[in-house]
Order: sequence, then C-alpha cells, then structure tokens
Amino acid sequence: MSWTWFHKLASPPYVYKLAARLTPWFAWPAALLILAGLYAGLVLAPPDYQQGEGFRIIYVHAPSAWLSIMVYVVMGVSAAIGLIWRIKVAHAVAASCAPVGASFTVAALVTGSLWGKPMWGTFWEWDPRLTSELILLFLYLGYLGLRAGFDDTQRADRASALLAVVGLVNVPIIHYSVTWWNSLHQAPSVMRVGKPAMPAAMLTPLLMVLLGFTLFFVALLLVRLRAEVLRRERTASWLREALRA
Amino acid sequence: MKAFLDMGGYAAYVWPAYAVTLIVLLLNIAWARGALTRAIAAARQRLGTEARDA
Repeated sequence: MSWTWFHKLASPPYVYKLAARLTPWFAWPAALLILAGLYAGLVLAPPDYQQGEGFRIIYVHAPSAWLSIMVYVVMGVSAAIGLIWRIKVAHAVAASCAPVGASFTVAALVTGSLWGKPMWGTFWEWDPRLTSELILLFLYLGYLGLRAGFDDTQRADRASALLAVVGLVNVPIIHYSVTWWNSLHQAPSVMRVGKPAMPAAMLTPLLMVLLGFTLFFVALLLVRLRAEVLRRERTASWLREALRA
Repeated sequence: MKAFLDMGGYAAYVWPAYAVTLIVLLLNIAWARGALTRAIAAARQRLGTEARDA
C-alpha cells in the first residue's frame, strides 16, 4: 500500500484545495437532514408517554451534546498527531474545532437546562453529567484563551495541543457519568448495548438530526481549516495560486 | 396550529431550546465564513507587501 495519500493530507496546498472542493458535499446534505429531522421530530414523532410534548427538546439537545463531545475528540486526537509528528495541518484542524465545539457545548448546556426545569424541577444541579459537561466548556474556553495568549502560531499550537490532549480524560467521564454515579440525567437511549430504547417514529428523526449535525460540523471544519491553513502559510507561490482560485 | 405552538404546556421550554440551537447553527456559519474571508484578506495583504519589498 502506498503512503502518498497520507503525505498529501499533510500538505497545506493539497488540503486547502481538497477542503474547498468537499465543503458543499457536506453542507447541503447537513442542511437537508437537519431541516427534515427537526420537522419530523416536532410534527411527526408521537408525544412521549411520560414527558408529553416536552421530550421534543431531545431533537436539539442530543445532537448538540453529541457534537460537543465528538468535536472534542477530533480536536484532542488532531492535537496529539500535531504534537507527535509535528504536522502543521493537524494543529490547524485542532484549532478549527475549538470554537465550534465550545458553541455546541453552550447549546447542550442551555437546551439541557431548559429540559431539566420542567422534568427535574431545576435549571441546574451539580450532577456528574452536568458538571463534567460544564468542565468540557471550560476546557474549550481554556484552549481558546491559551491560543489567544501567543503571538507566535507555532508556540500557540504546541501549548494548546498539550491542554487539548490532557483534557481528553474528561470525555469518558462525561459519557459514563450517568452509569458510574447516581445521576439525575437519564442513561443513554441510542448509544447503548442492544437496541435503542425508543420506538422508530421517535428514533428516526433523532438519527437524522444527529447525522445532520455531524455533517454540518465537517462542513464548518473544512471552511475553518482553509482559514487556519492560510494563516499559517508563508510560501508565496502557492498562496498566490490558492487566492486566484 | 395553536395546539402545536402550545407544545402540551411545554412551549416555554421547547421553543427557546430550538431557538438557541438554531442561533448556534447560524452563528457558526457566519463565524466560519468570516474567518475564511479575514484569512484571505490577510493573505492578500501579506502577498502585496512581499511583492513591494522584493
């Protein structure tokens, strides 16, 4: 097997062009899946036998929470690759993830709080799941703050990558918090062993929105990655070529 | 339609949750596009300066 594809993926000009070409292939399916999934979740899915219409918050809460964690994993792994193999593009991927992940962590916390009030009787509780998700937000903000503290991009990359990698330990804690501790938060109903704990009419819209959010993140990442690659690049010849295109 | 908007009495929680998520989605589009536009402008400027220095 040839390794050329791997080397190409580490080459900024190649990545820049590839990202530009791929963006619409993720953005449009994402838009369709999100719109269709939210419509199905709001209108077609039956009300929950316990929570009535209130359960429909799941269609915005679960995808936001999923992205908040998934984006962190992408960020942490890219940061590790950047640190170990000193690949500039990997650091650029990590830096592109942070603002997206932070914003969806806020969405997960706010929508969760709006769900918690009618169902648990409180907007906030220092519960393991809620607290570990709040720590995730602080990790993102710390990462962004640390980057902003350096003028030199290379030093910012290395310092922030270290934080991102260490913060990865929080990811399993968030996921298993509802199993390890006695939590107000319900246990997973989709990502669990065995069948999902939901009828198809409720589950299908959720899966559509989950996939839609994931594709949306990829599209955002591709756009942000181009910006990060441009900011890092000093080779005039390909910059000139990239800007002409 | 009124029953739909009422969300079985949960309107005060369901609609703000959807609104917040929608705002986050739209803001992300604007931020990502803004970042790329700014990076392109900065790169153009850098190229311009380099050309003049040469």
